Amino acid sequence: MKHTLSVLVENRAGVLTRVTSLFARRGFNIDSLAVGPTEDPTLSRITIVVSAEDTPVEQITKQLHKLINVIKIQDLHPAESIDRELVLFKVNAAPERRHEIIEIANVFRAKIIDVGRNSLTIEATGASDKLQAMEDLFRGYGIKELARTGKIALSRGSRDS
Amino acid sequence: MSERMTGAQALVRSLELEGVTTLFGYPGGVALPIFDALYDSAQVHVLLPRHEQAAVHAADGYARVTGKPGVVLVTSGPGATNTITGLANAYMDSVPMVVFTAQVAQSVLGTDAFQESDITGITLPITKHSYLVRNPDDLAETIREAFLIATTGRPGPVLIDVPVDVSKAEFDFVWPEHVNLPGYKPTVRGHIKQIKQAAALIAEARKPLLYVGGGVLASGGWKELKELAELMQLPVATTLMGKGAFPEDHYLSIGMPGMHGAKYTNFAITDTDLLIAVGVRFDDRVTGKLSAFAAKARVIHIDVDPAEIGKNKTVDMPVVGDAKQVLAGLVAELRKADAEPRTEGWMNAIDDWRRQFPLHYLHNTEEIMPEFAIETIQRITRDRKRVITTEVGQHQMWACQYIHVTEPRTWCSSGGLGTMGFGFPAAIGAQLGAPDHLVIDIAGDGSIQMNSQEMATAAINGLPVKVVVLNNGYLGMVRQWQELFYGHRYSSSTLAQDCPDFVKLADAYGWKGYRVSDPALLEATLREAFDAEGPAIIDVRVVREECVYPMVAPGGSIDEMLGGVPGGPVSDMLDDDLIKEVWE
Ligand SMILES: Cc1ncc(C[n+]2csc(CCOP(=O)(O)OP(=O)(O)O)c2C)c(N)n1
Repeated sequence: MKHTLSVLVENRAGVLTRVTSLFARRGFNIDSLAVGPTEDPTLSRITIVVSAEDTPVEQITKQLHKLINVIKIQDLHPAESIDRELVLFKVNAAPERRHEIIEIANVFRAKIIDVGRNSLTIEATGASDKLQAMEDLFRGYGIKELARTGKIALSRGSRDS
Repeated sequence: MSERMTGAQALVRSLELEGVTTLFGYPGGVALPIFDALYDSAQVHVLLPRHEQAAVHAADGYARVTGKPGVVLVTSGPGATNTITGLANAYMDSVPMVVFTAQVAQSVLGTDAFQESDITGITLPITKHSYLVRNPDDLAETIREAFLIATTGRPGPVLIDVPVDVSKAEFDFVWPEHVNLPGYKPTVRGHIKQIKQAAALIAEARKPLLYVGGGVLASGGWKELKELAELMQLPVATTLMGKGAFPEDHYLSIGMPGMHGAKYTNFAITDTDLLIAVGVRFDDRVTGKLSAFAAKARVIHIDVDPAEIGKNKTVDMPVVGDAKQVLAGLVAELRKADAEPRTEGWMNAIDDWRRQFPLHYLHNTEEIMPEFAIETIQRITRDRKRVITTEVGQHQMWACQYIHVTEPRTWCSSGGLGTMGFGFPAAIGAQLGAPDHLVIDIAGDGSIQMNSQEMATAAINGLPVKVVVLNNGYLGMVRQWQELFYGHRYSSSTLAQDCPDFVKLADAYGWKGYRVSDPALLEATLREAFDAEGPAIIDVRVVREECVYPMVAPGGSIDEMLGGVPGGPVSDMLDDDLIKEVWE
């Protein structure tokens, strides 16, 4: 079962290490991790995706709460949250097949951001399943390199207001 | 109002403002500015041990006895890394402590400079929190936060790493009025609805049992615990960490549960219908096989640390809060409801077990039985103001069984980490914290050699601690496991009773040294040593191959104990089938 934990922390040196080492010590594998400042510059949000059963996640959430620099933790339920990820694909693209790749990018509302002699670089954002579908299609052409940001997520508006 | 001073002076001033009077310190290069500033303090007395590990254990003993945080200062690199066992020990046993490590200058931080170690990184999993101070302006606030964090909620050690450029820098010192820790809000008051429900469960239970640990001592809740136990006539089992939370000479006290608990204690836990767990963490040395631990009971778990609740054992009624406050709340609710004790039959059943399966050992008139030695210590010191510390091993378990602690904060033993070498430096710290008490370290001949260099510290500082070495010439607890589970193959567990010669060692340090091997002379020798003016070590030659019983085999259910059948020879006490079952 995948859990998306949104952890609001004080923006201080060493906080990310404290958070991730808790997962490492308990043998959790982190599927994805994204960190950045929030609307309040003294706070950062860490979004962590882990695959684990509910009970260990509950225990690790309690342990996270014990960290002095952790302010708030949400275990975001897919139905009550929105999430996005950004991916860059560098895809093999011989001149005669470029149009196919561009077409696929258009279907997914992705952007071509670099054109090389034998490659195209495409920027895509979206939910994981959409990005996965793109990746599967591009694999047919050969993916030279791929980079993803890790998922970021927020609870849906209705919940807060 | 600000005052111009150096970072080192600010650090010392902050300690003074925190009320620190004793610091355990060991100097070195980058710590010198701070030690220099300490030289001027009329308030902070510095004790110089002979090893940084001992400094931390001494601070730990001091904290356990006084309830005040232990304070340590060491240099960078090896000074800092030598604190690790002490920190891990204090972290596992939730002991409040603030440890300062000096650090190389920030200009060379991260370059493998001479005596640099990433101590905040290394100690991340064994501190409650830690700081690397980057600016002298942050020092005072950091120290205030550290003392607050170390001593509140679930207590624990906090580390502050101070680069030498920070301690040398001049700046304007201001003592902060407030601390601001938005992410730190321990839940101290239990939820009233849960307290009411827990009280209702207690009022209707027929076979309730209090299972209490270090959390009661940390919260200072022993009075409330006694009120609750007496009001509802509840039997009380105290863990190794909880010894002293409830007087062990009280008729409701049923001793220590777990691997080396008495049979009657473990039977009671196995049979209880309501386990009231207070400030405990269901450690595997207590529970044995979890599925069989208090399997018939509903469970109330009171703890200030929400992460402990449900961690090992499923709980029916959790109450997050400080033990003292929650216990007081329970007493108030039960009084309001005019609840009557209904445990007479239950206490009778436990007393039957107590009569049938007492702790016991075979008496011997030729040689000193280790249990007899500890019983003797108990008998001749029970009416004195005393503190008992222990090392780790068989002697520790016998001390748990035969030393009856009746006053809170008079017992120091390494619980969670099980650190050999803890008891003696802890005794030194305890003696500093309780100068008018007789402080006795109950030691094994293995453990005492892990920090015996501290004999100098005790001698030079006039600390009259007594060390009783139960000298069996073995790493006894290891030998016991090898006897029981490894076919008597004593691989690397044999020491030598005559080496070192503890009496000569005493002489070398200016201590009194005694040796006794005749049971008839044991009491007189111990009395003489305990009444002697300064520190004393007593080399008690004990029966070499005695085992601690009863014993729950590791992973076994706690009502299935090896040994402990009155009068039977040891070989009859062992249930071979059970051993096989657990190990194969
Ligand atoms: C620092 C450390 N190293 C190793 C152990 C493992 N250990 C547990 S008990 C024990 C033997 C202790 O021997 P001794 O101090 O002579 O006490 P005895 O069991 O003989 O009473 C050992 C080696 C430990 N607990 N701590």
